[in-house]
Amino acid sequence: MTPACLLPAFLSVFFGVCQEQPGDPARRVVEGDAMAGRAAIMEVSCGVCHVIPGIAGARGAVGPSLEHFAQRSFIGGVVPNRPAVLARWVRNAPSIAPDTAMPQLPLNDDEALDIAAYLYTLR
Amino acid sequence: MDLTWVMTLGAAIILIVVMMLVLVAVRGPAGLRGVIASRSMIIAGGVAFPVVVLTALLAWGLAIARDIRVSGQEPAVRIEVSGEQWWWRVTYLDSAQRPLFVTGNEIHLPAGSEAAFSLVSPDVIHSFWIPSLGGKMDMIPGRTNSLVVRPERPGVYRGQCAEFCGAQHALMSLIAVVETPDDFAAWMANQMRPARAPETAEQELGMQLFGENGCGACHTIRGTEWNGTVGPDLTHVGSRKTLGAATFPNNRGTLAGWISSAQHLKPGNKMPSFDRLTGVELRALAAYLEALK
Repeated sequence: MTPACLLPAFLSVFFGVCQEQPGDPARRVVEGDAMAGRAAIMEVSCGVCHVIPGIAGARGAVGPSLEHFAQRSFIGGVVPNRPAVLARWVRNAPSIAPDTAMPQLPLNDDEALDIAAYLYTLR
Repeated sequence: MDLTWVMTLGAAIILIVVMMLVLVAVRGPAGLRGVIASRSMIIAGGVAFPVVVLTALLAWGLAIARDIRVSGQEPAVRIEVSGEQWWWRVTYLDSAQRPLFVTGNEIHLPAGSEAAFSLVSPDVIHSFWIPSLGGKMDMIPGRTNSLVVRPERPGVYRGQCAEFCGAQHALMSLIAVVETPDDFAAWMANQMRPARAPETAEQELGMQLFGENGCGACHTIRGTEWNGTVGPDLTHVGSRKTLGAATFPNNRGTLAGWISSAQHLKPGNKMPSFDRLTGVELRALAAYLEALK
C-alpha cells in the first residue's frame, strides 16, 4: 500500500466512518442509480414475489424477503452476493441457477444495475 | 344548451316578478294588495302556474335525456362486461349481439366512436366505472344495464369497481385502452384469432403443464381443448397490460408470481395458488402464457 492510500485508510479506521460492514464497500454498485432501480422494481413489480423494504405493496411470498439484502451472503442460495452477479441474476436468474423459479425479466443491463444498487441500500 | 338558457332566463323572470309582488304586498296601495291576496290569484299563481311550467319542463327534459342516451348512430363497438368476484369478463359482440370473442379486465375502444356497453353480473352487485370515460353504472344480477360512452382521446384509462362486492373489491380494476381506429382494428383482428402455438421447448413444456395441472377446467384458450369459463379467457393473455384485474403489470415474473401465490396476492379469489410446481415448471408455464400475445 502506498503512503497516499494509508492516510485515508487510517482516518476511516480512526473515525469509524467507513467501518467494514458485511456487504458494504465491495457491494456498492457505483454505476447503478438506486432511485432509478426503485422505479424499475415498481415497474416490473418484483413485489409480487418478494417482500422489499421501501416498495409500496411489495409483500410477495413466492421468493425470499429482500430485507437486509446487502448483508446476504448468497443470491438465491447458490452464488456469492456480488454486484456483477446480482445484476445478471435480476435479469436472468435461470442462466445462473437453472432450477430457480425466478424467471427472466424484461430489464436491460442498466436497469439491472440500478436494481442491484437499490438492493444494496437494504442494509 | 337551450335548456340551460330557458332555465336561466325563466328563473330570472320569475324571480323578478315575485320580488315585485313582494314589494307590492309590503309597500303597495291597498287596492293592489287586495288583488294579490285574492283567492283566484293564489290558485292561478300558486297552483296552476307551477303545475303547467314544471310539467312542461319535465316533458322537455325527458325528451332531451332520450336524445342523450341514443344518438341515432350505430355504436362502433358493442361490449358485454360481466362483473364477477373479482374481475371483469369482457365479451365483444357483433351488431346482432352475438359474441365475437371473450377477454378479461382490459377493454379496447376506438377513439371518436361510440361504444355501447351491456353491463351484467352473475353474482353480486358491482359497479362499472371508468371515470375518464363516463359515469358509474351498476351491474345488477338478473338485469342488463346499458351505458354508451364516446372516448375522444387515445390513452390508457383506469376503471374500478365502484360498488362494494366482497373481500377483494379494492383489487377489482380494469383498464380501457382507447386507440386510433386502425390500431383498434388490428387489436380486434388479433383477438379474434385462436391462440398461437408454442414456439420454444420451454413454451411447449408450459403448454403441457397447463393441461396436466387442470388449468383448462377454469380457463379457455381458444384453439386448444381447454374451454373452462370460471376464470378469464387466456387466449391472448400475453397481449394484456395487466394481471389479476389490473392489479399487477403483466410480465413473465408477475405471471409466475400470480400462478404460484394467487391466494396470497388476492385472498379468496377463485384461483388456487399452484405452489406444487417446481421452479422450472413454473417458469415454463409463465413463458407459455407470456407468449400468448
